[in-house]
Amino acid sequence: MPLSSRHLLGLETTPKEDIKLILDTATTFKEVLERPIKRVPTLQGKTVVNLFYENSTRTRISFELAEKRLSADAVNFSVSTSSVSKGETFKDTIRNIEAMKIDMVVVRHAAAGTPLYLTQLCEAHIINAGDGIHEHPTQALLDMYSIREKLRRLEGVKVCIVGDIAHSRVALSNIFGLKTIGAEVSVCGPATMIPRNIKELGVKVFYNIDEAIQENDVLNILRIQLERKAGGNFPTLREYHMSYGITNERLDKNGKDILILHPGPINRGVEISSEVADGSHQIILQQVTNGVAVRMAVLYLLGTQN
Amino acid sequence: MKIALKNCQLVQPQQKINKKSNLLIEDGIIIKIGNLSAEDLKHAEVFDLKDNFVSPGFFDMHVHLREPGREDEETVQTGCDAAAQGGFTGIACMPNTEPALDSAEVISLIKEKAKNHLVEVFPVGAATVGRKGEVISPMAELFNAGAVGFSDDGVAIKNARILKTSLEYSTMFDVPIIEHCEDESLAGGAMNEGSTSTFLGLPPIPSVAEDLIVIRDILMAEYTGGKVHIAHMSTKKSAQMVREAKAKGIRVTAEVSPHHFTLTEEAVKGYNTNTKMNPPLRTYEDVEAMLEGLKDGTIDCIASDHAPHSLEEKEMEFEYAPNGIVGLETQIGLALTELYHKKVLTIEQLVEKFAINPRKILNIPIPKFEVGERANLTIIDPNEIWSVDISQFKSKSKNSPFNKRLLKGKAVGVINKKKMVLNGKSKKI
Repeated sequence: MPLSSRHLLGLETTPKEDIKLILDTATTFKEVLERPIKRVPTLQGKTVVNLFYENSTRTRISFELAEKRLSADAVNFSVSTSSVSKGETFKDTIRNIEAMKIDMVVVRHAAAGTPLYLTQLCEAHIINAGDGIHEHPTQALLDMYSIREKLRRLEGVKVCIVGDIAHSRVALSNIFGLKTIGAEVSVCGPATMIPRNIKELGVKVFYNIDEAIQENDVLNILRIQLERKAGGNFPTLREYHMSYGITNERLDKNGKDILILHPGPINRGVEISSEVADGSHQIILQQVTNGVAVRMAVLYLLGTQN
Repeated sequence: MKIALKNCQLVQPQQKINKKSNLLIEDGIIIKIGNLSAEDLKHAEVFDLKDNFVSPGFFDMHVHLREPGREDEETVQTGCDAAAQGGFTGIACMPNTEPALDSAEVISLIKEKAKNHLVEVFPVGAATVGRKGEVISPMAELFNAGAVGFSDDGVAIKNARILKTSLEYSTMFDVPIIEHCEDESLAGGAMNEGSTSTFLGLPPIPSVAEDLIVIRDILMAEYTGGKVHIAHMSTKKSAQMVREAKAKGIRVTAEVSPHHFTLTEEAVKGYNTNTKMNPPLRTYEDVEAMLEGLKDGTIDCIASDHAPHSLEEKEMEFEYAPNGIVGLETQIGLALTELYHKKVLTIEQLVEKFAINPRKILNIPIPKFEVGERANLTIIDPNEIWSVDISQFKSKSKNSPFNKRLLKGKAVGVINKKKMVLNGKSKKI
């Protein structure tokens, strides 16, 4: 069964069957990653461009590894956003890249909607690796994969996303994906970091982290973007840590087995304490491993379409 | 030269005229109204208008001509061509050019370039030097050169002190301060704040950014006795505040652009950069409020906020694309379709919004149907069904979200300054 779309632009419009297909396919690829020779010939002869208009280390490496393990030819194209205003337009860049006969583009861009725009500019399959504060579908898929792997299900699981929801593409993709698959989604953070109309997305809102811990099976803790800190959405890092930081003390107090995810990179002592980041509740590094498998699944499913 | 317009449905609400009649025009002057004899028609070119509406020439008080500075996007000539094509005989052009319209020389330059065109151009001077919001512009000099109002359009006048000074100073000429209402500290987003902006991941502009400046300006108009005109109003709250201010006798007027009474923020889905404008497309409730405001007179006039942008500038990532759309050649069709045919406004009210009130606000004489008056008129076929085709625009720029939209009603012709454009053809009369 193929995916219903030629692209992976976001999870808002991705149907349940597609999400399940990606997650199931990822299971197969995860097995490949356990082998001594971690490479399959599936995408031999296919060319994938990793078009990164924004700095990213882990997402890019994860995609690059996934591409290489599928035997695709991977090319990295990194540009700083500032060069956009200086020289070639985005459209011209894409036309040039397409003229080199490529099959897929993995795009990371600071402006929301750019992956959709790309589909209008070229024929290649487009995979969104994060667009502005819009979506980051493969991150959400790997989060969902990791939850499913650990809890053996997603339907009915109560997941709370904690942190700066208003400025997070990870949050939005997780909300869309988890809701589609039948999980119960909530968000938790200071009011300044929760979008005004969040309830229209069908999620519950917690302002109190202890309540969020008590009522959920999973916490997905977002990184506090330190660059947004001063005078912005919360007074001080200290106050954020005090109000929303996940510590052992807090987990013990609520006396509950809870699964902790974090998309990384983590700020130890801010949104998560060191002992939690290294502790028994978290699956942060499994997420990273699963990320490669999930991205292999997406690349495979799109790259073998006609 | 003599022309006869037969079978006109003359509409001039100020003169309480809405009647079937005929016009005889010689050398650009109306010489007879009513039944025309064989003698009258001798040597006259006769046009049968088949009961189309004929009203005082429509006037768009919010146009960006881009000259000087961005002649690649629009010029005085192409902007006026677009205006005539769209059914307008007069426009006011906004001062956010490069350089800004903050000196008599630039105002005169615009006037000079427009001199021979059918469409009359009335520049709006910058309210502050360079539109920087620091020092008020030489208003007397600009007024004498032909400025009909003052504005820092693109932004609101920066702070309350400069606004107060501008309003006090402008009362000497009895011209309005035209305000782009947006609080600077809340500006900078890409679309209206709401669930759609959350879904699309676009940086939001809260509606309160407009409301804050509207109430500031109303209070300042009340305090100083000056005239404030709210440009491109877009929020329900703004409309309510202007309604209340008018009831109190405060000198405030308002305009709305067609996209703000026809489209909602939903149109942004798909990231079409031609749905990006400032103020942004708002909610269904706001659109309803605009219609209500038009109906009850809270909103005095309709103006396009015609904002030409080159293809290259709009063909890019949504967040980086500039704000604004062209509107001169679509707005009368949109207004007829959405307001007249949907019974929001009568034809008399529509003529008030398009021809009478904008001139009142800017102290420009209103064309009348009287013998001896200059013929300055717009001919409207309310029933023509047509589809917008950006490739046919006279404007240099094609950035419209209304391409291919089916409309009912069109301005088919204009006459002014001994010139005529009818069904796309220009001629001297």
